[in-house]
Amino acid sequence: MNAILSVAGLGKTYDSGLTALDHVDLDINKGEIFALLGPNGAGKTTLISIICGIVTPTAGTVTVAGHDAIRDYRAARSMIGLVPQEMAADMFVTVQAAVRFSRRLFGKGPNEAHIEEVLKDLSLWDKRKSQIRELSGGMKRRVLIAKALAHEPDILFLDEPTAGVDVELRRDMWKLVHKLRDKGTTIILTTHYIEEAEEMADRVGVINKGQLLIVEEKTALMKKLGKRQMLITLQDPADAVPPGLDDWQLELADDGTKLRYVFDAQAEHTGIPSLLRKLAELGIGFKDLETSKSSLEDIFVDLVHTPKEQAA
Amino acid sequence: MSANWNGIWAIYRFEMARALRTLWQSVATPVITTSLYFVVFGGAIGSRMQQVGGVHYGSFIVPGLIMLSLLTQSISNASIGIYFPKFIGTIYELLSAPVSSLEMVIGYVGAAATKSVVLGLIILGTATLFVPLEIAHPLAMIAFLLLTAISFSMFGFILGIWAKGFEQLTIVPALLVTPLTFLGGAFYSIDMLPQPWRTVSLFNPVVYLISGFRWSFFDKGDVSVGISLAAIGAFLVICLGIITWIFKTGWRLKS
Ligand SMILES: Nc1ncnc2c1ncn2[C@@H]1O[C@H](COP(=O)(O)OP(=O)(O)OP(=O)(O)O)[C@@H](O)[C@H]1O
Ligand SMILES: [Mg+2]
Repeated sequence: MNAILSVAGLGKTYDSGLTALDHVDLDINKGEIFALLGPNGAGKTTLISIICGIVTPTAGTVTVAGHDAIRDYRAARSMIGLVPQEMAADMFVTVQAAVRFSRRLFGKGPNEAHIEEVLKDLSLWDKRKSQIRELSGGMKRRVLIAKALAHEPDILFLDEPTAGVDVELRRDMWKLVHKLRDKGTTIILTTHYIEEAEEMADRVGVINKGQLLIVEEKTALMKKLGKRQMLITLQDPADAVPPGLDDWQLELADDGTKLRYVFDAQAEHTGIPSLLRKLAELGIGFKDLETSKSSLEDIFVDLVHTPKEQAA
Repeated sequence: MSANWNGIWAIYRFEMARALRTLWQSVATPVITTSLYFVVFGGAIGSRMQQVGGVHYGSFIVPGLIMLSLLTQSISNASIGIYFPKFIGTIYELLSAPVSSLEMVIGYVGAAATKSVVLGLIILGTATLFVPLEIAHPLAMIAFLLLTAISFSMFGFILGIWAKGFEQLTIVPALLVTPLTFLGGAFYSIDMLPQPWRTVSLFNPVVYLISGFRWSFFDKGDVSVGISLAAIGAFLVICLGIITWIFKTGWRLKS
């Protein structure tokens, strides 16, 4: 097995009684970029926090390169770098001091060359002598990344790396992630956006309500998740789907003012041209057409209704 | 795997740097306060009350003064040191680092104790400007200084982990430690108290600290040195026990 990180039967019920993770099994391969995709409150941060030793699990085990994350925490944690979701840093220290501190804290002696490289990669080199409070929000987030990379971790966790970050910085972030992967770093990131998972990851895990619903190669998953829908606003509202349109399995939406057609964008034939021709043929008038990606919510509904074995 | 010395050093350095950033404040405050005490207690009271047990009153209050600052500063340094990361969220890094609980304690408590020992020495230095001082047992004096600084820094560390707000951080020193110190014979010998207050005082743990410390200066204290040492030792062991328990359970640190 080339799993560098192995999570088995992991569960977490907070003191409040809320179950944030429910029997999660997950293997992360060495050197891959893994995206954990899920809506607010799905349990992404909880999962990461347990792996990193910040939250105590109520069930299950975490193994990092053969080291149990609790019994052999020193070996396990030395390999991990964490960029938290929320900004937390000492505002009165300089960027340089903060990064040096992190390296030492994780048990490594000083290495100015490495720190210089990290700061340059993150475009923070010019700011190295500034106190963190003097930086912009995006820069502060990058300082957290620099801190996480200071001890040359084998595994990097990025909890929502692109939240609150502008488009350009987002692209830089993706570049950095790929550069790290080229150097052999395993990267696990969380995101709310399918596009982001698609752009960055090799494999994607979808999590909702504490359950890992599916783990797949990105390409396979995108096919599965790549459904789109077309909404046709009718000239005259209808009580039922007009006869003669059975082939497209349409649904009525918005009190009969619209017809919904769900199709697979990646398929050879989407069925759109023929549907439009048929509508014209039947004399059904329409005012507007709009297509959109099915939302994350729709996908979850889909996944929850697909038995796990079949999906995986 | 061997101890994470780099990790201990990182924490220690970070905490010391925090004090150095406010160096002016860190040094000026104790110097000014001590001088004020000497003016008020040494000058005003001392001029009426020449000697306590054969020791010049101004000199007599020096050990108590140092203890007063040592206790409050050890507690506040260590409690803020660990409370602050909890408050601003940087605790995530400490918890995810390959640092054992013992190493974390050494880093935080070591730094807090260092700061208060330095502070104690500054006060001692300031005192020599006002009153004649001879230290009968210099080694014992240093030992008391270190032990007290370490054990009360541990107490502060526990307080910092326990505290859920800044008020709680200040309320314990203000409501408990300062009164106990004032009533612990910082500025008088408990022999000077009428009964039953003399007996009541013996339940105040700070009496033993001040008495032992004073013994190291003047070769005499309110209680015997052995008892003083045992009292500090016991306090140290209790704090150590609580800290071990805290880290074992993750109490108020991890959810
Ligand atoms: N310390 C805590 N105590 C109690 N409940 C918590 C705690 N932390 C998280 N939770 C709950 O656990 C659930 C999962 O939270 P978590 O932070 O893991 O979600 P997430 O997937 O990271 O969400 P987001 O995308 O919003 O960051 C939520 O319902 C949350 O309210
Ligand atoms: Mg989260």
